[in-house]
Amino acid sequence: MIEIENLELYYGSFQALRHVNLSVPERSVTAFIGPSGCGKSTLLRTLNRMNDAIAGVRIEGKVEIQGRNIYAQDMQIEELRKRVGMVFQQPNPFPKSIYDNVAYGPRLHGKTKKADLDALVEKSLRSASLWNEVKDVLKKSAMSLSGGQQQRLCIARALAVEPDVLLMDESTSALDPISTTKIEELTRELCKDYTIVMVTHNMHQAARISDRTVFFLNGEVVEAADTQALFSSPKDQRTEDYISGRFG
Amino acid sequence: MQATTSKVRSDASPLAGKRPKHAREELRGRIYIYFCVLLMIVTIFSIVYFIASRGLAPFFSGDVGIGDMLLGQTWRPEGAPAAFGAFPFLFGSFATSLLAAIISAPLGFCASIFMTEIMPKFGRTALQPAIELLAGIPSVVYGFVGLSVVVPFLRNNFPGQGIGILAGAIVLSIMILPTITTIATDSLRSLPHGLKEGSYALGATRWQTISRIVLPTTLPSLLTGVVLGIARAFGEALAVQMVIGNAPVIPHSLFESATTLTSVITLEMGNTTSGSLHNNALWSLALMLLIMTFLFVFVVRMLERRTKR
Repeated sequence: MIEIENLELYYGSFQALRHVNLSVPERSVTAFIGPSGCGKSTLLRTLNRMNDAIAGVRIEGKVEIQGRNIYAQDMQIEELRKRVGMVFQQPNPFPKSIYDNVAYGPRLHGKTKKADLDALVEKSLRSASLWNEVKDVLKKSAMSLSGGQQQRLCIARALAVEPDVLLMDESTSALDPISTTKIEELTRELCKDYTIVMVTHNMHQAARISDRTVFFLNGEVVEAADTQALFSSPKDQRTEDYISGRFG
Repeated sequence: MQATTSKVRSDASPLAGKRPKHAREELRGRIYIYFCVLLMIVTIFSIVYFIASRGLAPFFSGDVGIGDMLLGQTWRPEGAPAAFGAFPFLFGSFATSLLAAIISAPLGFCASIFMTEIMPKFGRTALQPAIELLAGIPSVVYGFVGLSVVVPFLRNNFPGQGIGILAGAIVLSIMILPTITTIATDSLRSLPHGLKEGSYALGATRWQTISRIVLPTTLPSLLTGVVLGIARAFGEALAVQMVIGNAPVIPHSLFESATTLTSVITLEMGNTTSGSLHNNALWSLALMLLIMTFLFVFVVRMLERRTKR
């Protein structure tokens, strides 16, 4: 699904990612773990080219999603982001109504018929298990929702453009435990239809909900394996040190 | 429980010895600050009281009706019978200020979008200082430039003599550009980065993000800048007076002479004796200006409340 080959990424003269080779299987949850500054978020953001906006970024190597090199000359960045959705650390709903938040993406990409939008908004909110809570207040401002609801709204918003991949950048770290549990359950549910790549600071979260886990250190992939295997019998000493809490 | 609290307090007694000194300093500071605040309030209230008492005198003495002044079209203060119709001035003030805002707002918005979204580095280092410099130029210089550049240009390219409403509005639009641009830039800069990222991540182009997220979100602040700009234009006397022609009539086109409240006050105030009806009528115009200023401040407050919600 996602194939990363010999990826090197520099911020100016600082090399943030070194020789990353990784493949992410379809319809599964892959978690990136590692200490702060290890490059896991940077790698996540190369998958929808959010790093492009940062001045001084240089990227070498190849990232293929569904067989297409996303850094190729003819790659339309808007087209890519339509297929690779993203949910951020802080819930960032637009200061618009709940409905308009979800309809924002589809409208960008040319869907304007009200009936289509209505159906899509309902479907997306249902997928993000938010529909029952907001179906009567769709015209209310998204800012009136709680933090956890806002984050699920952001997931619904990302789903509304019908992506294949969903990137989650520490999407629960700003939320309370109950909201976190809801998002985790939702993630398990969503991976039946979407390929999910998540960055998490919380190893237990990775252990709970991911199928595969990738451990990063200083911009390198130390170990990538099935979650079960990685946590029960890590092959690399550094992985073992990290997951047993000896550093990080 | 009671005992423990008092114990804790007595434990802190080494500090208690210093308290009187702190208290005295505290008191001194407080008196000074209260004095400053009081001085400001007294100043504002005396100005309002003074202008109101003089400005309302013509109405109370029965020489001029409020309606006659607000809607009357003839201004003949020394004639017999005297007439104090200030409608042409009000019209001139509103026309020049609003036109100036209409010219200046799009320019200011575009400049601030350019400075924050398109080329932040160039904007911060070159464009912003240049625009802030505009704010520091004395208004007589603007008037002079208007008189020697704008007026001849209008005279050569349009009907009329160049001086008039449009010339005044153009000069004002340049004067209020810094206000509008600076406030717009500040509000665009303070927009949470996450909002823009969220839009880009959904596949929006830069233009879509600006038009659908950035502008709608910051609109109340942008309008605040425009209202403050209009307020500044409304109160500007000198630069407008130099290019507007100062004819107390309602113009029929943009290229005809007109005048504004501020121009009339500055031009005629020196020729009247204090306490005369003419003099008091000019104070009435000043009162109108003051009331308009309050209105503008009120509008800004309302907009700010909308931003916070």
